[in-house]
Amino acid sequence: MSRIAATFDRLNSQGRKALIPFVTAGDPRPDVTLPLMHALVEAGADVIELGMPFSDPMADGPAIQLANERALGNGMTLRKTLQIVTEFRRTNSETPVVLMGYLNPVEWMGYEAFVGLAAEAGVDGLLMVDMPPEEGGGLVPLAKAAGLDLIYLVTPTTTHERFNAIVERATGWIYYVSLKGITGAKTLNVEEVEQKLDWMRQHTDLPICVGFGISDGETAARVAKVASGVIVGSALVRIVEAQQSKGADEISSQVSQLLGDMRSAMDRP
Amino acid sequence: MSNQQDNVTDYHTYPDATGHFGPYGGRFASETLMDALDELSAMYTKLKDDPDFRAEFDKDLAHYVGRPSPLYFAERLTQKWGGADIYLKREDLNHTGAHKVNNTIGQALLAKYSGKPRVIAETGAGQHGVATATVAARLGLECVVYMGAEDVERQKLNVYRMRMLGATVIPVTSGTQTLKDAMNEAMRDWVTNVDNTYYIIGTVAGPHPYPTLVRDFNSIIGREARRQIQEQAGALPDALVACVGGGSNAIGLFWEFLNDKGVAMYGVEAGGRGLSGNEHAAPLSKGRPGVLHGNRTYIMADDDGQIMGTHSVSAGLDYPGVGPEHAWLKDSGRAQYVAATDDEALDAFRELTRTEGIMPALESSHAVAYAKKLAVELGKGKRIIVNLSGRGDKDVHTVAALDGLSI
Repeated sequence: MSRIAATFDRLNSQGRKALIPFVTAGDPRPDVTLPLMHALVEAGADVIELGMPFSDPMADGPAIQLANERALGNGMTLRKTLQIVTEFRRTNSETPVVLMGYLNPVEWMGYEAFVGLAAEAGVDGLLMVDMPPEEGGGLVPLAKAAGLDLIYLVTPTTTHERFNAIVERATGWIYYVSLKGITGAKTLNVEEVEQKLDWMRQHTDLPICVGFGISDGETAARVAKVASGVIVGSALVRIVEAQQSKGADEISSQVSQLLGDMRSAMDRP
Repeated sequence: MSNQQDNVTDYHTYPDATGHFGPYGGRFASETLMDALDELSAMYTKLKDDPDFRAEFDKDLAHYVGRPSPLYFAERLTQKWGGADIYLKREDLNHTGAHKVNNTIGQALLAKYSGKPRVIAETGAGQHGVATATVAARLGLECVVYMGAEDVERQKLNVYRMRMLGATVIPVTSGTQTLKDAMNEAMRDWVTNVDNTYYIIGTVAGPHPYPTLVRDFNSIIGREARRQIQEQAGALPDALVACVGGGSNAIGLFWEFLNDKGVAMYGVEAGGRGLSGNEHAAPLSKGRPGVLHGNRTYIMADDDGQIMGTHSVSAGLDYPGVGPEHAWLKDSGRAQYVAATDDEALDAFRELTRTEGIMPALESSHAVAYAKKLAVELGKGKRIIVNLSGRGDKDVHTVAALDGLSI
């Protein structure tokens, strides 16, 4: 069983929901990411989504775009991202790590080399923002053979036909983007999300986690009531931005505070 | 370079149903956009052969854009260069001053047919932004144009024109503050407002079906040129030359001739300060295949796959990617891709202005610069069509600044 499946199984048996923080590797500096990942686990993260920095993150909002620029400006690369995961695995063999990003850096490294290095580093899953199921022909078979889960986005505009094509290929979990728009957008209608999730559950047994628009404990708790997990990105990245001149400990502790609030709100009966 | 030209029997059958030109093109977009792209594909497939839609498009091209644009035999330039006959396809004479309007007229019609009240666009030199703002004004659509902050600065005249036309111009300060970043912002806007917004992409790049529909709308250039040169010279041209940023004017000229194997084709990229360094915008000459802005194509990126900043004296060519059909034409050997430097383009700008009284856009000046070399190489009795994709008014202050003048 994959590390991701095992995590959702464990949470299920505990009657709890997954809390999945997103941070950009190398933001604000490469040396901050490893301690930050451990701090996130400490604060209650069940899975870590690690952004692979890209110069042109078209589907992300300003907060994550700036995070990408900070990381790249401080010398972050795809190879260093993979090295951070290797380091993380030295002391943490349980928490799944999913790499999220855009195709070009991966294309540049070569699909085969990338998948090999990612699996070796202890990466559990991939979420390629600009690789819809139609264009996965090169990467998907390699990733599957290496045991990497492929997480796909589903959005409010995804049609039934497209949803069927996605669940055919998806493993790990389904990432439901709760609203039209880019990351870091504001409002989220939990009732609408619930209806959509009810419909999706008739067609897949995969866990469905919800991201976009979740920035505080209360929203996280409301979403956790209807979803298998909650993904929080821009809210954490904004804290990193505000604390960027500080040391790794200070940044980690500030980010962990918000994540910890979300964890306790979600775990409240 | 591989040359598979003989294996392709009909270039007009590309792309395939999924928008691929060989290994290039496709639809590398976020899930939020996929439904909108499907809808656009379905609508375009239905409309492109619809007689009413075609008639409306043709009518607009004739009476609003002012087509056909002339094919002008540049006699003085031909004599001066002393080689092949030079014909200039005068897209600079179109309404708004560039070939860009062919496409915006077409896409504005698609926006109208899809009932979306708001259009957005990205622009580098501002020609596409002006063309979009123009058609939006004419159809009463709300118009937002994204433009890199650096381009806003160097294309002030076009920014002012867009604002006079009623468009909102949003300077983009992220990344390199040029066309690629404007394209990112436009995609973000579209993702957020996909219900009421039509995104008018200005070049033959982006996710399927954009490279196809932008090409189709611009292919009027080559259809006219093919007929015109046969009328004027009694034969097909020996070579076509056009500048390539994203590549819309080039593909517009080339497409009608793709199956005429005796017609050579040259796409001229921005060589900037020279291809030996990184200060250019020549992905086909110096880049490699990757994925950017929704399609697989040649792009310029660093060793880690991060998209590079580019340089060209011409804002309209300052883009690290290129349309996927050009990537395919390069690999198949059907078209050759070369480069002209900033200095060569500026010399060509001055030479055409002085010799024929035609002031070309700096983009088009790259094509003129290469045509000069090619004319000598091909020699007398041969015929070259150079696409004059736009007029140079917008670039006068850039040229003046290089001459040390502030106007």
